[in-house]
Amino acid sequence: MAEAPAIRTHALHKAFGATRVLRGLDLEVARGESLVVIGGSGSGKSVLLKCILGLEIPDAGEVWLDGQPTGGRPRPAFLERFGMLFQGAALFDSLSVWQNVAFRLLRDRRPPAQARARAIEKLARVGLAPEVADLFPAQLSGGMAKRVGLARAIATDPAVIFFDEPTTGLDPIMAGVINGLIRDIVAETGATALTITHDMASVRAIADRVAMLHAGTIRWTGRAAGLDDAEDPMVQQFIHGRPEGPFTQP
Amino acid sequence: MTGPLVATGRATREALAGIGALARFAARVVAAGLRGPFHGVEVLRQLGAIGWQSLPVVGLTALFTGAALALQIHAGGARFNAESVVPSIVAIGITRELGPVMAGLMVAARVASSIAAEIGTMKVTQQIDALVTLSTDPLKYLAVPRVLAATLAVPVLVAVGDSLGIMGGWLVGIGRLGFDAQTYLVNTVEFLEVWDIASGLVKGAAFGFIVAVTGCFFGMRSGQGAQGVGRATKAAVVTAAVLILAANYALTELFFRG
Ligand SMILES: Nc1ncnc2c1ncn2[C@@H]1O[C@H](COP(=O)(O)OP(=O)(O)OP(=O)(O)O)[C@@H](O)[C@H]1O
Ligand SMILES: [Mg+2]
Repeated sequence: MAEAPAIRTHALHKAFGATRVLRGLDLEVARGESLVVIGGSGSGKSVLLKCILGLEIPDAGEVWLDGQPTGGRPRPAFLERFGMLFQGAALFDSLSVWQNVAFRLLRDRRPPAQARARAIEKLARVGLAPEVADLFPAQLSGGMAKRVGLARAIATDPAVIFFDEPTTGLDPIMAGVINGLIRDIVAETGATALTITHDMASVRAIADRVAMLHAGTIRWTGRAAGLDDAEDPMVQQFIHGRPEGPFTQP
Repeated sequence: MTGPLVATGRATREALAGIGALARFAARVVAAGLRGPFHGVEVLRQLGAIGWQSLPVVGLTALFTGAALALQIHAGGARFNAESVVPSIVAIGITRELGPVMAGLMVAARVASSIAAEIGTMKVTQQIDALVTLSTDPLKYLAVPRVLAATLAVPVLVAVGDSLGIMGGWLVGIGRLGFDAQTYLVNTVEFLEVWDIASGLVKGAAFGFIVAVTGCFFGMRSGQGAQGVGRATKAAVVTAAVLILAANYALTELFFRG
């Protein structure tokens, strides 16, 4: 029997008032796979992540995590082995950088010295000096905040990691650095990774497989290596960023 | 012609629905607080932010309120040749009503707004989502410590306000109304009962609970962007103030009727 996928959604529906964002979305992410979901602004990528995590309750459909139906609620066992890099980093303003990175360890009542050492180790992994540990989020640049967010996401070596638009708002060089870090970390740890982005450089750096979200469903999915040969005109338009084509922004 | 009536009806319906949602939220906060785990460090930090930093403003408002009250009661009492009641009426008025109400309203202005703004900003910047993904219940981590700290701190603020309010009356009494310093104090203490003070402290605890729950409630359902946070902040202060005055009436009925 094949191993259950790490994440599976079936016929997921979610609307906000008259806006039908997800309309019967089916998606599978195999264990250890790095899937990147692409799609235009407002196509519902963030809503999809929230539905998977139980931060939004789907109107219909089901989410399975590790082969277990979730009933639309956050699953404690899944979240214990989970990390997420948020679009705006979402660092806690009232805590220092190391307390952010070590948040889970401190919550588990680990000795602070030990938690701090682990935080500094993870900050080093994302290329930040130990001096950064005692700064507060308000003192960080956007790129540094993203790296701290990444360090927090990987602090307890999660089995599943989500990346929500990891490179938006960064200059191309910093975006390249973040893409490289994500690729290396995912390869090193063998974690299952689900990334949403509209940055093609991210797609090429991170993805094993690509799925395109459009009109509330997965319109196309295939190996990242085969992306350039995809026959779907919408995929072609998206990856080349052409203004003319079948794509119409909602 | 029916426009204003319809609008009033709709506003009333929305307000009632809002109060219902707020009450359910309060029940969830209490339940979360009873379940643990307990974030003790957060409670201490909130005691500082809510209690300690509210002391100056609560103390000053109480002082001036006591002073004005003494003048009014003296003027009113003069109509019945009963100027000598000033010390005891000031003490009763402050401890039973004005001490807790003024402290509650000042804390509503200072604390309901800052809680709503802080939690609203956390909502908008996805820090609340981040808490969930880090296996931490936002109700337990954010709401419970604030509600607990406010419920404990406001009675202390009321006690300080009571003392300063009575002192305001005393200062005016001896400075402007010709009372003897010693006699004024003796009159204050003699007619004051323990329940006068205790009832005010109980009211303070209720008002602290209301302020923190309202701030958390509107913060957590804040809309997107700076505008959403601004609206949440305003709604929190207005709702907390109205609820405090309504609860004050209800508690006064409960404690002192008949
Ligand atoms: N809480 C909400 N209330 C109302 N509408 C919402 C809410 N969250 C999302 N939406 C709507 O759902 C749609 C999809 O939003 P979503 O954030 O998922 O887009 P996205 O694909 O992540 O876009 P971007 O690439 O710009 O981040 C948008 O039209 C948005 O307005
Ligand atoms: Mg998004």
